[in-house]
Amino acid sequence: MKKNGTSMAFYVPYGLWLALFVIAPVILIIYQSFFDINGHLTLANYQTYFSSGTYILMTFNSVWYAFLITVVTLLISYPTAYLLHYTKHKQLWLLLIILPTWINLLLKAYAFIGIFSQNGGINTFLGMLGIAPKQFLFTDFSFIFVASYIEIPFMILPIFNGIEELNESFVNASRDLGAKWWQTFTKVIWPLTISGVKSGVQAVFIPSLSLFMLTRLIGGNRVITLGTAIEEHFLVTMNWGMGSTIGVVLIVAMVIIMFLTGERKKRGRRA
Amino acid sequence: MSHTIIELQHVSKRYGDTVVLKDINIEIEQGKFYTLLGPSGSGKTTILRAIAGFLEVSEGDVLFDGQRINDVPANERKVNTVFQDYALFPHMNVFENVAYGLRIQKKPKKAVAQRVESALKMVRLEGYGDREISELSGGQQQRVAIARAIVLEPAVLLLDEPLSALDAKLRKDMQYELRELQQRLGITFLFVTHDQEEALALSDEIFVMNDGEVQQSGTPVDIYDEPINHFVADFIGESNIVAGHMIADYQVEFNGKTFECADAGMRPNEPVEVVLRPEDLDITSTDAGKVQVKVDTQLFRGDYYEIVAYDRLNNEWLIHSTNPAVDGDTVGLTFDAEDIHVMRLNESEEDFDARLESYEGE
Repeated sequence: MKKNGTSMAFYVPYGLWLALFVIAPVILIIYQSFFDINGHLTLANYQTYFSSGTYILMTFNSVWYAFLITVVTLLISYPTAYLLHYTKHKQLWLLLIILPTWINLLLKAYAFIGIFSQNGGINTFLGMLGIAPKQFLFTDFSFIFVASYIEIPFMILPIFNGIEELNESFVNASRDLGAKWWQTFTKVIWPLTISGVKSGVQAVFIPSLSLFMLTRLIGGNRVITLGTAIEEHFLVTMNWGMGSTIGVVLIVAMVIIMFLTGERKKRGRRA
Repeated sequence: MSHTIIELQHVSKRYGDTVVLKDINIEIEQGKFYTLLGPSGSGKTTILRAIAGFLEVSEGDVLFDGQRINDVPANERKVNTVFQDYALFPHMNVFENVAYGLRIQKKPKKAVAQRVESALKMVRLEGYGDREISELSGGQQQRVAIARAIVLEPAVLLLDEPLSALDAKLRKDMQYELRELQQRLGITFLFVTHDQEEALALSDEIFVMNDGEVQQSGTPVDIYDEPINHFVADFIGESNIVAGHMIADYQVEFNGKTFECADAGMRPNEPVEVVLRPEDLDITSTDAGKVQVKVDTQLFRGDYYEIVAYDRLNNEWLIHSTNPAVDGDTVGLTFDAEDIHVMRLNESEEDFDARLESYEGE
């Protein structure tokens, strides 16, 4: 009995953490979402959300930008992780890729403001080539660029791990059976590393859905995502009910993504 | 004369300063069962990988059907491999694994199904097509790996220690099956193993490898009866190796006595090594024995007793006998002149063959 009691004790810190910082906030958000700005119990928030074109557009925007960011990071990360696997000092290179995540997000955002601004690094360089200053900051391009830059390590890591776990003899076997490199990639390497890709997509897509600081600093509030809307409702309009409703929608969206990209039970025998 | 399908000419492989293969010359004929036999690190798998196309040789040529294939990528070579760890694709079922190569060749669906079915039948796995790889036992996975390779009807099948992961009983069964399969298909098998019994049982011809060199090649019987040097004699089967001198043709001296033997063609008084197989030694009375030894220990091996004894010069003698001996007894050992095999020190394989021919051909 004593042994059992000790092992239960190990769960206490995590259990407390889970209850206080995960379960309680979620319940509070759901609870809040049923109150209007005057504190009356109502379903009006949901009604507003689903009937207002603005919110629907915002949702669509959030998903669309999160999708773009995910695609861009994936396109950059997969080849990087693949090449990294065959590099000599891969642990060193990996460290260099992870290094930027140690720097605060806001610092990186401000750094990019400097780089992209009218008299920033890029425009100075273009000026030397005789090209007139261009608008980089506050464009969709800069928003996606910076967001992808920030998310890339989170995509590379799980994919890299997936590729590292891939047994080299599968690749050899495929070549041995006559497959060209591309066929080997689509039929063997990709399917066997897809779980790493899925984890990467989860790690990038879900946070991207609720990005809000970057939308302001880099996107110049031209891109209004759900994250921005929540921030506005909580801090500016003080409509906590509406903010919570959007929060609930985001949580539901995340659950859907988790479900779509999660590991499903291995299917039984095919007929 | 059979048709030579694969030939290695002066093949060497180096990784930095480490030499893995030293000037390998091998000829492989169509339709035979070949074995590369050697301890781990002897370079046998390296040869296989060089033929399969997974590594580039540092020097020399790899020929397939007379054509140099050094620069032909693995996927275009007409050889298939059964990998040591099988390398079956875990995300495909048995059927899809076996069909993989055919699908790559874009064969029509019907033909694929037919050929996969017959390949599975060949390895006695009919009806297993729908199984997942993880549901199969080691022996079954082994068969799937073989089916996946033979379904493409390769000219040569390369097998990289395919039985090493199986338990002893299954291994024996698979040895029979492999041998039978090879004879039925008529495909050349090039089999890599470190298990000398397996090599002797399966092969038409064996290449004994050590330190990146082919020590000796020949039929199992040749290699067993007439090992070229200390390494081969020691590695293949069990042997008693004693230092001695060649007095004259058919006369060898060891253990202080001169014996008749079946070897010749050496310089008078040349220092040699004498090999006597434990099963060729018979225990008799001390007087009748050619060598007198004192029994030290014995082990019961099921079908024979393995007896370790020492002579007065403290040479160890290994004897296989159907009857037990008594520990501590002094007994005599007899053997026939043909049981003695004399090895010259540092004789090359060509010289060895030439010498054998010079007096055996008479």
